Amino acid sequence: MSGVRVLVGTRKGAFILTSDGRRGSWTVDGPHFGGWEIYHLTGSPADPDRLYASQSGGWFGQLIQRSDDGGRTWTTVDNDFAYAGDVGDHLWYDGTPRPWEFKRIWHLEPSRDDPDTVYAGAEDAALYVSHDGGGKWTELTALRTHPSGPSWQPGAGGLCLHTIILDPVHEGRIYTAISAAGAFRSDDGGTSWLPINKGLRSGEIPDQDSEVGHCVHHITQHPSRPDTLYMQKHWDVMRSDDAGANWREVSGNLPSDFGFPIAVHAHEPETIYVVPIKSDSEHYPPEGKLRVYRSRTGGDEWEPLTDGLPQSHCYVNVLRDAMAVDTLDPCGIYFGTSGGQVYRSADGGDSWAPIVQHLPPVLSVEVQVLP
Amino acid sequence: MIRVVLPAHLKTLAGVTGEVRVEVAGPGPATQRLVLDAVEARYPMLLGTIRDRHSGKRRAFVRFYACEEDLSNCSPDTPLPERVVAGQEPFIVLGAMAGG
Repeated sequence: MSGVRVLVGTRKGAFILTSDGRRGSWTVDGPHFGGWEIYHLTGSPADPDRLYASQSGGWFGQLIQRSDDGGRTWTTVDNDFAYAGDVGDHLWYDGTPRPWEFKRIWHLEPSRDDPDTVYAGAEDAALYVSHDGGGKWTELTALRTHPSGPSWQPGAGGLCLHTIILDPVHEGRIYTAISAAGAFRSDDGGTSWLPINKGLRSGEIPDQDSEVGHCVHHITQHPSRPDTLYMQKHWDVMRSDDAGANWREVSGNLPSDFGFPIAVHAHEPETIYVVPIKSDSEHYPPEGKLRVYRSRTGGDEWEPLTDGLPQSHCYVNVLRDAMAVDTLDPCGIYFGTSGGQVYRSADGGDSWAPIVQHLPPVLSVEVQVLP
Repeated sequence: MIRVVLPAHLKTLAGVTGEVRVEVAGPGPATQRLVLDAVEARYPMLLGTIRDRHSGKRRAFVRFYACEEDLSNCSPDTPLPERVVAGQEPFIVLGAMAGG
């Protein structure tokens, strides 16, 4: 029977949760890198034993860890995320120019077919790639130096490049998203970039048709429909069916269209999941009820999923990288909360149960299906 | 040999348990820069954790103490105290209280 490995990054270390394919009984391993922020912990689709972790902290900065044995042992790899060439300025919160300054790696995206190739998204926003398992990082400078770059302003969490999608069909196509610049697409492996924000509406900026300035929180894609993208924006759940060229809102009957993560079912490309959150300042579920909302119609029509989730006095948040799906049948859905719970559904979201309840605040959740 | 005390997180990262001892060779006096060069050469996983990899600037929440003195804001090329050079006192790297 297949196994499942859930990779959890938290404010104070990494945890690895394992189960067999029934996903009922779990082993919790960790903390790895106790005391460090693990913004992202993820595995290579080409080699499930190859893991990458972004390890950072206020004292000692940014490190990248690599495991070649599924997380039993780790090796520190390169952490030289220098900005290439003329660093230049972006806009600060107060609207004044501010030089790009590296703070941390938010997201690591391993190649679909080469365990040694991995992309890294940085704050302040930049995209890096390594082709030797993290031994050396090279900035793909065309994104940061896009003509719109000097007008990019940080979101509340910083000017972070948090989403990287390596298109499974169109060779060289990469999607990225930056808070609060927006979404970008490259069709040439990162040599050039196109802002893809047409149709987004953001009340926080004066020009609704602005090419950039939209606070995109997360984007996801089903591999069988690569031109369809789903987006959780600061406000609004959005959908594109033309590789990001145009977006339309599909928030429908959600109780709040603010949120951070968005995920798509492994076998049903029109089934998507979000976790509505109250905002702008509260950042907890409406009515204190932790509800995942599922749409089986690619948006617009949503149903609350509550079985097994706390429906009173729940004031946690679910961050943008803290939801993932497995590829088993039925599809498993996983998410982690700012309260340290990691929930799983082994039936496509119909019912939920906590795997673990008292971790540090969860920053990221990824899942691997093991042979 | 110069004795260097690393903070717990960096000891874990470097895979050491006690003090680190490094040799600082050169015609000039031992300095903070040369000691950290030697530490990073032996433990490359510490590159960037104590000081910036390119500018060499001390990370904001890292401090350097020795002989009951705060050397954090001394020039990295200032000669270290004689008792540190003689191995009688350690050069202490630590995380500031505000860094976590």
